[in-house]
Amino acid sequence: MNLVTPDFGLLFWQTITFIVLFVVLSKFVWKPIMDGLNAREKTISDALSQAEKARQEMQRLTNDNQKLLDEARAERDKILKTAQKTADELREDAKAKTNIEVNKMLEDARKLIDSEKKNAIDQIKAQIASLSIDVAEIILKKELSQKESQKQLVSDLVRDLKIN
Amino acid sequence: MLFVLNTNVVLAQHEGHDHKEGEHKTEHHAEGEHHKEAFDPGKMIMHHIADAHEWHFATIGEGKNATHISLPLPVILYTDKGLDIFFSTEVYKHENEGHYKKADGTSVHTFNVKRPSGVEYVLQDEKFNIKGGGFILDFSITKNVASLFVSVILLLYVFFNVAKGYKTNAGKAPKGMQAFFEPIVEFIRDDIAKKNIGEKHYAKFMPYLLTIFFFIWFNNLLGLLPGGANLTGNIAVTLMLATCTFVITTISGNKYYWGHIFAPPVPPLLWIILIPIEIVGLFVKPFSLMIRLFANITAGHIMILSLLSLIFYFQAWQVGIVSVLFAVAMNCLELFVAILQAYVFTLLSSMYFGSAVEEHHHEEHHHEAHH
Repeated sequence: MNLVTPDFGLLFWQTITFIVLFVVLSKFVWKPIMDGLNAREKTISDALSQAEKARQEMQRLTNDNQKLLDEARAERDKILKTAQKTADELREDAKAKTNIEVNKMLEDARKLIDSEKKNAIDQIKAQIASLSIDVAEIILKKELSQKESQKQLVSDLVRDLKIN
Repeated sequence: MLFVLNTNVVLAQHEGHDHKEGEHKTEHHAEGEHHKEAFDPGKMIMHHIADAHEWHFATIGEGKNATHISLPLPVILYTDKGLDIFFSTEVYKHENEGHYKKADGTSVHTFNVKRPSGVEYVLQDEKFNIKGGGFILDFSITKNVASLFVSVILLLYVFFNVAKGYKTNAGKAPKGMQAFFEPIVEFIRDDIAKKNIGEKHYAKFMPYLLTIFFFIWFNNLLGLLPGGANLTGNIAVTLMLATCTFVITTISGNKYYWGHIFAPPVPPLLWIILIPIEIVGLFVKPFSLMIRLFANITAGHIMILSLLSLIFYFQAWQVGIVSVLFAVAMNCLELFVAILQAYVFTLLSSMYFGSAVEEHHHEEHHHEAHH
C-alpha cells in the first residue's frame, strides 16, 4: 500500500533537513539554553546555600550572644552575691567591733566613775574628819571652859579606859 | 482559551476547503455521469493524508474552468538521462490528465508530462515513472518536504529567539517565548532524560531529545492546520526519526547492554531462545516507534476527514451539525495527541538510551525481572 511505503525523496530530504536542524539547534540553541539553565540553577542553589549558611551563622551568633548574656548574668549574680556577703560580713564585723568598743568604753566609764566615787568618798571622809575635829575642837573648847565639864570629861575617859 | 478559539477558526477553514471540494465532486454526481465518479470518501481522505507534488489548498469551479488554488512546488527528477527540474504547474494541467480502466475494472487517474527533451513522465498516485520504463529517483520538493522546510524555519526562528533570551536575560527570570518553552525544556531534562538515562549520562542525549520532541510536536501541530501536510503521519519521516533513535542507542550501547543481549544472565541453554528474542527486540523497539507515531497522527487525520466526509456522503445539513461538533471535539483531541505523541516518542527514545548506558549490574537483573 502506498501509505506504508516510504517515499525515497521525502526520506532523503527528511534525513538531510533533520540532521542539519539537529546540528544547528544543538550548537546554537540547546547549548546556550542548557548552559543558561544550569548557570541559573547553580546561582539559585548557591544563593540558597549561602542564605542557609548566613542563617546558621546568625543562629550561632544569637546562641553566642545568649551564652554571653547568660554568663554575664551569672557573673553579675555572683558579684552581687559576693558583695552582699562582704557587706554583711563587714556589717557584722563593724557591729561586733562597735559592741566591743562600746563595752570597753562603758567599762572604762564605770571604772572611772568608781575611782572618782572612791576619791570623792575619800575626800568627803577627810572633809568629815577635819570637820569633826573642828567641831570637836569647838565643842571641846566650849566644854572645857568650865571646870565641871573638864572633870566630867576626865572621868568619862577614865571610865572608858576601865572598860577596855 | 485562545488556543481553542484558534482551533475552531482552523477547523472552519479546513471545513471550507473540504466543502468546496466536496461540492465540486458531488455536483458532478448530480449533473450526470460524464467522466467523474461520485464522491468517494476513501479517495478524498487518501488524497489528504498522502504526499503530493503541489501544495493544493482549494478548487473553485469544475472541470476545465476549475481554478485550483495551490502552491506550485519544484519537481526534481533524477533519471538515467540526468537531472530534470520543472515546476509542478507543468504536471497538474487539465490537458495532461488521463483516465483509463484497468483490467480489474478499477479506474486509474494519471498525469502525463511531456518534457521538451522528449522524455515523457507518467504520474500515478503521486509517483513518477518514465513512459516506456527507466531508472528514476524523485527528489521533488513535495508538499511534505515543503512543510518540513516551513517547520524547520519555524523551529529555528522560535528557538533562536528562545536561546537569545538566555543571553539578554542571563541570570534573570525568563521572558516571552523563553518563559513559555523553558518549563517544557526543563520537563524533558528532569522528567524524561534524567529519570530514564540517569544523572551521569543524560546531558549528551539532551540535544537529540529536545530536537525530536519539538520537531514532532511542531509538525504534528502544523499538520492540523488547514491545508497542512501530514508530515509526522508519513512513514518516511517516522522511519527516519526511529532510525536516528536506533542508531544513537546502538552507538551508545556499553558492554552491559551488549552483554545483556548476547550473554543474558540465564543458563546458557536458554541462550538459544533468548538471544534471538533480544536481537529481534533491538529492531522491534525502533519499529514500534515508527509505527506508533505514523499510525496515531494518520489515524487522527483520517478520523477528522471521515467525520467531515459524512456530510458530503449523506448530503444533509443535519448530519453537518453533528459532524462538525464531533470534528471540533476530535480536533481538540488531536491538539492533545500532538504533544502526547511527541512526549511518547521522546520518552521511549530516552528509555532506550537509558538501557544502552545503564551500568549497574544488579539493576540489570532487576530490569530482567521486569521482562
